[in-house]
Amino acid sequence: MTDVPMLKAEAVCKRFGRLEVLQGITLEVRRGEVMCLLGPSGSGKSTFLRCINHLEKIDAGRLRVDGELVGYREEGDKLYELREADVIRKRAEIGMVFQRFNLFPHMTALENVVEAPVLVKRVPRARAAERGRELLDRVGLGDRTESYPAQLSGGQQQRVAIARALAMDPKLMLFDEPTSALDPELVGDVLDVMRRLAEAGMTMVVVTHEIGFARGAADSVVFMDAGVVVESGPPSEVFDNPRHERTRAFLSKVL
Amino acid sequence: MAAIGQPAQEPQHLARPEEIRAVPVRHPGRWIASALVLLLIVVAVHSVATNPRFGWGTVGDYLFDARILRGLALTLELTAIAMVVGIALGVLLAVMRLSPNPLVAGTSSFYIWLFRGTPVLVQILFWSFISALYPRISLGVPFGGPELVSGNANTIITPFVAAVLALGLNEGAYMAEIVRAGILSVDEGQSEAAQALGMTRLQTMRRIVLPQAMRVIIPPTGNETISMLKTTALVSVIATQELLYSAQLIYAVNYRQIPLLLVASIWYLTVTSVLSVGQYYIERHFGRGTSRGPRMTPWQRLRMNLRYIRPPQRREEGATP
Ligand SMILES: Nc1ncnc2c1ncn2[C@@H]1O[C@H](COP(=O)(O)OP(=O)(O)OP(=O)(O)O)[C@@H](O)[C@H]1O
Ligand SMILES: [Mg+2]
Repeated sequence: MTDVPMLKAEAVCKRFGRLEVLQGITLEVRRGEVMCLLGPSGSGKSTFLRCINHLEKIDAGRLRVDGELVGYREEGDKLYELREADVIRKRAEIGMVFQRFNLFPHMTALENVVEAPVLVKRVPRARAAERGRELLDRVGLGDRTESYPAQLSGGQQQRVAIARALAMDPKLMLFDEPTSALDPELVGDVLDVMRRLAEAGMTMVVVTHEIGFARGAADSVVFMDAGVVVESGPPSEVFDNPRHERTRAFLSKVL
Repeated sequence: MAAIGQPAQEPQHLARPEEIRAVPVRHPGRWIASALVLLLIVVAVHSVATNPRFGWGTVGDYLFDARILRGLALTLELTAIAMVVGIALGVLLAVMRLSPNPLVAGTSSFYIWLFRGTPVLVQILFWSFISALYPRISLGVPFGGPELVSGNANTIITPFVAAVLALGLNEGAYMAEIVRAGILSVDEGQSEAAQALGMTRLQTMRRIVLPQAMRVIIPPTGNETISMLKTTALVSVIATQELLYSAQLIYAVNYRQIPLLLVASIWYLTVTSVLSVGQYYIERHFGRGTSRGPRMTPWQRLRMNLRYIRPPQRREEGATP
């Protein structure tokens, strides 16, 4: 049972009108693994992440999280759309961290972290707050629980956002360029938190151009371009011996 | 070891330059303008105070007259209820208008078109004559199904109910646009983050989007409330005894029109002033977590301005230790 991959994409396609953004993505992330996803702008990385928690509907292929189809129920060879309540229940098991943090600006750091467990999982507020403090402490912000997002630096905001996602006890974490909106000296703190999370066994899909992080923390690296997977493998292979010209060209730009 | 004449880091802090004490620029133009304006004010006040036809004595007699105060109470009641109806309806219509379902969105657009496109005075009259359209009003299953409650339109739609309906339903159309602008002002990333956390659309709207939209919604809603307070005067045409109609009833007997209109105006001004102050505090509350928006209460602001006005020389005298 534990061999079921945490994430399995088979020929996933996604169109926006006539624009084919994903043209058959096939990949697999096993439990406890970290996969880094890189590729040029517009290659469909964010779209793929949004498909994984069903913020976007896929048009073809199969996407499974922990063995279960995303957004659909399969009976025989027929697919049934899931009701909103079921979609939401599954979405709550997947944490997501955004490039622009998207913290709730009208709530303090602690309130940001506590909101979803209380509202979605009906955790008693006191217990959620206790857990929230613990999580904020873990990301190094135990002393900023009462700060509003506007009073925090970008790096601190992103760490609150990570704590907020962790508060839902996700079994899979998605990161969409978590450090690319940050000043260089703030990137390290966020990557440290992510590294520790990976070491603790969290399954993670990370869209990033931080090659150093990918080298150190990723079990596998996937290079995407124009909606297809061009190349994938362990970081040493992809970074040191890229087999495809496109990968080489891209790496020479970000390295 | 430290180089001579090349002060190290520390002395740099100590050598704080003397604070600037420049002679302020004189503004003779401002003084002349102020004097002129002051003169005009004195002339106006003098004329208003000494013209016996204003009837200030009568104003004093009637300012706290029981009938006027009852009218004022009804005006406040009408304003409050109509705004509550308007805001609730506005939120509903705004959410409907942003719905992906075209029928739902279209219904909202139609409503707004209808109620914004006709004068509120006409709507007030319409509601007061509703019994001509529907003599009986009933609640039940449509198209000949059983009736649950029913009654005579004239007994259900009293002038007060007609006034509340007209003002509230009309306000709903305006509030819908205000609320919609507020919702659209909230970054899309906010609903995306909320949904990624597993919140439903409704939870996202209620806990994440609307509280942030409030910052954009509150100031125009304050204006709407103040405007509503004055619009309630229109329902005097359907014999609702609010503030203006109460004043009219009195001057219909004693023919002191001007003093009684002044009485009504003084009360309208008093209430709008109080409402403006209230608006400040509400804006402050919803400005939480942002650096922009008013952070000072009106009192703090007043005190700060007073400090600012005080001539600088006086401050110098007192400030030297
Ligand atoms: N909601 C949408 N409607 C229409 N087109 C979209 C939508 N979302 C994304 N796209 C298009 O899909 C393509 C892929 O976008 P996506 O955001 O997934 O790229 P990306 O790889 O994340 O790029 P970046 O590195 O710039 O973030 C782009 O051409 C984009 O314009
Ligand atoms: Mg992207």
